[in-house]
Amino acid sequence: MYFNEMYDGDGVRPAYRALDGWMRDMPEELRTLKQSEAEALFRRIGITFAVYGEGGDPDRLIPFDMFPRVFTDTEWRRLERGIIQRARALNAFLCDVYGRAEIIKAGIVPAHLVYCNEAYEHAVVGFRPPKDVYSHIVGIDLVRTGPDEFFVLEDNCRTPSGVSYMLENREIMMRMFPHLFQENRIAPVESYPRQLNRTLASVAPEKCTGEPNVVILTPGHFNSAYYEHSFLADMMGVELVEGQDLFVEGDFVWMKTTEGPRKVDVIYRRIDDAYIDPLCFRPDSMLGIPGLMNVYRSGGVTICSAPGAGVADDKAIYTFVPEMVRFYLGEEPLLNNVPTWQCAKPDDLKYVLSHLAELVVKEVHGSGGYGMLVGPKASESQIAAFRAKIEARPHNYIAQPTLALSTCPTFVEEGVAPRHVDLRPYCLVGEDIVLVPGGLTRVALVDGSLVVNSSQGGGVKDTWVLAE
Amino acid sequence: MLSRTADNLFWIARYLERAETSARLLEVGARNALLPNTGGGFRNEWESILNAAGTRTAFVAKYGDMVQRNVESHMFFDRENTSSIASCLHAARENARIVRTAMTTQVWDAINVAHQEMAEMARTERSQLPLRDLTDWTMRTTALIRGAVEGTLLRNDGYHFIRLGSLIERADSTARILDVKYFVLLPGLSYVGSGLDNYQWQTVLRALSSARAFNWVYKGELSSAKIADFLILNRQCPRSIRYSVEGIREELDALGRGYGTTTEAQSYARALQGELSEATIADIFDEGLHEFLTRMIRQVGVLSGHVYANYMTGRAA
Repeated sequence: MYFNEMYDGDGVRPAYRALDGWMRDMPEELRTLKQSEAEALFRRIGITFAVYGEGGDPDRLIPFDMFPRVFTDTEWRRLERGIIQRARALNAFLCDVYGRAEIIKAGIVPAHLVYCNEAYEHAVVGFRPPKDVYSHIVGIDLVRTGPDEFFVLEDNCRTPSGVSYMLENREIMMRMFPHLFQENRIAPVESYPRQLNRTLASVAPEKCTGEPNVVILTPGHFNSAYYEHSFLADMMGVELVEGQDLFVEGDFVWMKTTEGPRKVDVIYRRIDDAYIDPLCFRPDSMLGIPGLMNVYRSGGVTICSAPGAGVADDKAIYTFVPEMVRFYLGEEPLLNNVPTWQCAKPDDLKYVLSHLAELVVKEVHGSGGYGMLVGPKASESQIAAFRAKIEARPHNYIAQPTLALSTCPTFVEEGVAPRHVDLRPYCLVGEDIVLVPGGLTRVALVDGSLVVNSSQGGGVKDTWVLAE
Repeated sequence: MLSRTADNLFWIARYLERAETSARLLEVGARNALLPNTGGGFRNEWESILNAAGTRTAFVAKYGDMVQRNVESHMFFDRENTSSIASCLHAARENARIVRTAMTTQVWDAINVAHQEMAEMARTERSQLPLRDLTDWTMRTTALIRGAVEGTLLRNDGYHFIRLGSLIERADSTARILDVKYFVLLPGLSYVGSGLDNYQWQTVLRALSSARAFNWVYKGELSSAKIADFLILNRQCPRSIRYSVEGIREELDALGRGYGTTTEAQSYARALQGELSEATIADIFDEGLHEFLTRMIRQVGVLSGHVYANYMTGRAA
């Protein structure tokens, strides 16, 4: 049975009490009207999401569901402690594996999982970024299975996206249903861009004197997340640059402005490691800045997230995060991992192959809900095809039990019905670690579906944290 | 401001101005098509409109017949024609998408809504879209965007680059439209009154949305000198070359003050403005109207090149 976040049998849970009446009192026509109003607003603001490789309408909208997802203050405080703990451990791990590698020497994490990992950057071994922070924005994907049961599905240490939806969903809800916000004490999320700016400024390189010049580096307006890049730049009041706007001269990075070159101190890059510097990584990259890595390693500029941060959010490393918490922080992990079988291990592989119909199998490096098998939903031929793939390259796959993702009421054709949800909060790590009370709730709009990815028919919801 | 951002803003303004010019030309053509056919003038008018738009050759290659429906397709809907209204609005919106951070929500909204409405029109049955509606829509749309810029944008360098784009495009298009019709304004025809000529000068004035304004400013007889004076040298006419160049100079000076620098673009604009403020229509006719206009088009081009070199390459100014 799935955990329903709103109803406890016939009773309504405390978090959702205010929404019960709201939902009942809303006539069908008003709901349709508001839904189309929301869509028009999104389209006007220009929040669209192009899905890679799908072609079609580049201005596709991610469906927005008006029914908010709610946490009580108590629930949130527990989550917050767990998320911050995890973000600290992940950064400590990164600092360690590019330094003395104590966790490997202690025999906790196998060396080959780190050093042979594609995301491990040999170019930054021995370099310590300002404040020892590698991952400045940690997106931790969580699912809920019971009143107090939360599991971490995966960590995102590079450049987790979606935060613009967290902010815009709230704006739109406030605009459409102001009375809900007057009658309930809903913790605001609007400080996120300011906090992000503060976080980035706090990791300015030592050579930077005076107010740090922070920029956001985007691959360009053809990128599916371009809206988010420009939205954040706008809210933070920083320049949104492309590789062509920057160049290296002397010991610094400069941007081309109408008044001549201006020094850049902190780059929040939304480009993968492989593309940021053609001299150091992929030589065919047109998106990067030749010489950037030299400046970085000599402390002339800070790159956020740090090159190489990806090794911590790999699905093979994921299994070890609870151990990292114990090893680096000497604490018991507050958030649990989903039990995971590594197909690279013979015993695990055997188990996975004999239980395919009940497991979720994922590619180690995959993302976006592609290349995965949801056993209970798959046909026999799909399972057979996937079995062949796993047998061919076992090290490429991990498997997890099919989690009973919690449901949240969602507006559907027939009215309101429970749909499965997950949660991505965004944790900021700089001089301080902060978490805005909220996050991105993704919802699987298809009845019974457990896949919440926007590329696979998922939608988004406003996420509330009720203040005490 | 980022050089690339300045470049984008500059081009957004140029594209919008260009869309407006295309709309005006279309409107003039449609109007002439309603008038009695004088000596094949009707077919001629579409031709001269394509000439003014600078796309006659491309048009003939693709459409052949110079009939209204084809010209409409070409100048309004055709995305292969880079100066069609659809192309200009699309390019303006793409540029705007890139520099969202440099504009207000109102400006983005106005541009984005225009883009959506354009997409809607492209899907609509053509018989449902009388030409007059298309041109009115374009004028209203560009006015709305301009209004949003005027009313909401910070008066910082971004604003100056937008103004520069509009004014440079305008100086260029006024000179081109005049040049296509320069023969009507030659001093030999000192009195313009005959039927055909009447259309011709009306065409010029209407193409610049200036017919009524002209009547307000110049009472009495119509003469080629008055018309040329109005569109080239009159400071009150917002589409005259002098007005545009003065505006360009002001925007460049404002940039110079803000940045604490003097640039070639600034000096060049000052010299050009100086010349226009001292010139008389007699001087221009002495030089030859066509020669003068050709020189203006070239000089505005040089000025635009200086603006690019001084501000949009990222080298120290």
